[in-house]
Amino acid sequence: MKLTTILSAATLSVTFGSSGFAADSSDPIVIPVHNWSSQIVMSNVVGLIFEEMGNNVEYVTTDSQAVYESVRLGDVSLEMEVWEGAFGASYRAALGKGGLHDAGDHDAVTREDWWYPLWTKEACPGLPDWQALNDCAHLFATAETGEKGRYLDGPVDWLKHGKERAEALGLNFTVINAGSAAALWAEIGAAEADKRPVLVFNWTPNFAEAVWPGEFVNFPAWEDGCDTDPSKGPNPDALYDCGNPTSGYLKKAAWDGMQEKWPNAYCALTKISFTNPQIAEMAKLVDTDEMEPEEAAEEWLAANHAVVEPWISACQS
Amino acid sequence: MATLSTDLPQKAQGASTRSQVLCLLLGTALLLTLAQYLSLLPAWLHRLPKEMIPPTAQVLDAAFAFVQNDLGLIHVTRFIAEGPLEFLLDTSANLLEGKRRWPYLGPVPWTAVAGVAAVVGYALGGWRLAALGAGTFIWTALIGQWKMAMQTMSVLTVAAPLAFAIGLGLGIAAWKYAWVERLLKPMLSVLQTLPFFTYLLPAVIFFKVGPTAGAVATVIFAIPPMILMTTLGLKKVSPEVIEAGKMSGCSRWQMLRHVYVPAARTEILVGVNQVIMLCLAMVVLTAFIGMPGLGAKLLAMMGSFKLGRSFEIGITIVLLAVTLDRMSKAWVVKQPAHFDKGTPWWIRHRMPLLALGVFVGFLLLAQLFPILGSIGRKQHFSQGKEIDFLIKGFLAMDGIRAVTEWLRWFLNVKVLIPFRDTLLSIPTPAFILMVVSFSYWLGGRRPAVFAAIFFTIVAFSGWWDRSIITLYAVISAVVLALMIGIPLGILASRSEAWSRRVLLACDTAQTFPSFIYLIPAIMLFGVNDVAVIFSILIFATVPLTRYTVEGLRTVPAELTEAADMSGSTRRQKLLSVQLPLALPTMAVGFNQAIMFAFFMVIIAAFIGTQDLGQELQRTLAGTELGKNFVLGLNVSLMALTFDMAITAWAERRKQALGLD
Repeated sequence: MKLTTILSAATLSVTFGSSGFAADSSDPIVIPVHNWSSQIVMSNVVGLIFEEMGNNVEYVTTDSQAVYESVRLGDVSLEMEVWEGAFGASYRAALGKGGLHDAGDHDAVTREDWWYPLWTKEACPGLPDWQALNDCAHLFATAETGEKGRYLDGPVDWLKHGKERAEALGLNFTVINAGSAAALWAEIGAAEADKRPVLVFNWTPNFAEAVWPGEFVNFPAWEDGCDTDPSKGPNPDALYDCGNPTSGYLKKAAWDGMQEKWPNAYCALTKISFTNPQIAEMAKLVDTDEMEPEEAAEEWLAANHAVVEPWISACQS
Repeated sequence: MATLSTDLPQKAQGASTRSQVLCLLLGTALLLTLAQYLSLLPAWLHRLPKEMIPPTAQVLDAAFAFVQNDLGLIHVTRFIAEGPLEFLLDTSANLLEGKRRWPYLGPVPWTAVAGVAAVVGYALGGWRLAALGAGTFIWTALIGQWKMAMQTMSVLTVAAPLAFAIGLGLGIAAWKYAWVERLLKPMLSVLQTLPFFTYLLPAVIFFKVGPTAGAVATVIFAIPPMILMTTLGLKKVSPEVIEAGKMSGCSRWQMLRHVYVPAARTEILVGVNQVIMLCLAMVVLTAFIGMPGLGAKLLAMMGSFKLGRSFEIGITIVLLAVTLDRMSKAWVVKQPAHFDKGTPWWIRHRMPLLALGVFVGFLLLAQLFPILGSIGRKQHFSQGKEIDFLIKGFLAMDGIRAVTEWLRWFLNVKVLIPFRDTLLSIPTPAFILMVVSFSYWLGGRRPAVFAAIFFTIVAFSGWWDRSIITLYAVISAVVLALMIGIPLGILASRSEAWSRRVLLACDTAQTFPSFIYLIPAIMLFGVNDVAVIFSILIFATVPLTRYTVEGLRTVPAELTEAADMSGSTRRQKLLSVQLPLALPTMAVGFNQAIMFAFFMVIIAAFIGTQDLGQELQRTLAGTELGKNFVLGLNVSLMALTFDMAITAWAERRKQALGLD
């Protein structure tokens, strides 16, 4: 692997060395990694791509909300996975303060909504239609919620508005916020043993799909303005009476100084775009096949070199 | 406790004013609460109206911005972070895990590290420590965590010495100059109770995300006990030793270097031990701001619900902590060796030479047999999947399920939620009065005054309800911990062997990364307050048990013998002799339990809470430094209130009993 990198870097410098295009700085490009597999593998794949282009790369582990402040300050050069739902708020806040910018969307779309593992459907056959929820509310009841069903929403800082939606649609559910993604998995994992029905927040692409097959609840379709204009959606007097967009963006973000410092790598970053199946494959290599993320990235790149080839060659001259 | 305090000689005059004050305080509090229940209380007396909350967060934000940009502090800190600190971290990272930086020598083979650990262990504490040292590193390598463990160690080998050096320096300064001590004391108290979330963000902004910020946050967390222990040790140096130094004509520097510091060796080394333990406690938390290694891997494993692998990482961290703890404690006990004049140098330095020999030997062997250099993915023995299966199977057992279901129902519906709602229903001034009377009853006038000041500040911070919910979780967990930890400690203290076993369990529970508790807690109880309390409980029971055991076992033998001779039963001996004498020590444990609970309740935000921790977690996005600081300070002030009251009580008891 290392030899091929050196070789290709050498050939590249011979072929394109005299083209007059500004060369990339030899300082390492700092790529942040977080705590979910697809992001770690994807970041490593991108790192390998940059290395193939002759750049130095370094990885740093950070919190996925705190990272935007670091991108803004230039401590971290880019961010590979900006989810519209989960990180949109932090991203937009950093965008407002300046220092980072949008480096284009992935082809992949994201969906984040109320979700249940398939065994839930056996107890409540009316699903995935949201109107079935009220009839089944008792199935989701717990000691603390009494008669009402319980829906476990994502952490508050993801701003999912579960409470507002339950009220707007007249759902007989208590909405509880989990503190982290791990808390959501623990809840599903605990319910799995005796196939207890649970309703939790979930998203795709995600490793959980492979571990626990399940479905999203079909809420009234998202309309633009559902979060700002009460008249949108079935309830004329309430906000958030629609499901989330079924195809939210998955963005890349770059530090403002990146383009100048590593023009070639930056060019490649704007071209890079992964699809849902590709991301799922990356996650699977780690979550199901038990590889280390670094190896998974090498494996994925070896199998999919044709996919990344155009991104690299487009940015070499 | 109330009956015990009557045993003490007390001036009748003082006692009566004391109870009068208590009655007055509590009476007012009860009246206010009653008025609230009868809806007679004006709203502004129940909760401070929004208009009266000063914009502290905004002011602080402006102040931070001023210090950071206008004063240019960020350039100074960034220079330190990107200059000397990064250089040190890069060097250790190259040597230990092979990062491509100067001096391009690493990584050191795992066998060499394990070998040196064995020699160091042997030199400090004989074969047992040698086996522990070597065993820890062999486990780490075989389980496939070598690289991660070394990434962690590469930061700790920089952070721990830094914390030691700075702590020693500040400790000496505090001993030398009274004004430094006066300045440092309150800062250290706040630092020791401030939630870690509060200094993670400044660390990122001022010292760059990555190992640098991780190292800085670790140093800040680990430094307070080093300072305190250094000052304590220097103050205790006996006058005879000082006289001797002066008589041999020492200069001031020589006095410090050859008289004071060696004489305070024990306390300073206890400080070193504390530094190491606290550094390891931060391994997982600093992963949020770029600390590489075991912590980061643990978070990734938990994010994809791999319990088995998380558990293995937890074991590695515990093993590292226990090894370093035992070694540094052995170093405390071990007195420096003195050799006769004329002993050849290779005998005087035989342990360092042996370590060097082992190191070079394995370095060469690793060239011949790569397996001794590093263990690859296909070769390690991780049993992640199997442990996963075991843990899940255990948690899903019908018996366990039935018990946890019942506990969840009982605690939530019958105990916790009513208790929380009661606390929340009490008007702010009444609540403050209650806390003040508690502090007055326990600690006396000074803690009561501080309690009043601190809780008033909390009220004016604008986060009263969330502070009360935080306090509710802490109180509930500590009460449960008392009910479990003290009986456990009493039982264990009956025999030497059981004391040792229970103390080892305490060490393990304390160093096992608290994050790992969260997942089983949720799987057992679901996302609700019971899981939160349960995870705090594990952490808070440890000091209670530990200090109960230590308190009971250090009761002077003459006194227990006297009790035996006067024919008291085991129960009488325990209740009237051992427990009263152990109480001051147990109070230290009680105090620590509360501090640990305040620490853990913030981490429990990852389960899902509605308290200050949840808001703190929200500020991680990094845009609200001021709010972050206000929230952190609230936690700190509440913790300090209890700290002061309990410490004052323990001091008075000790004096009254003639201990210490």
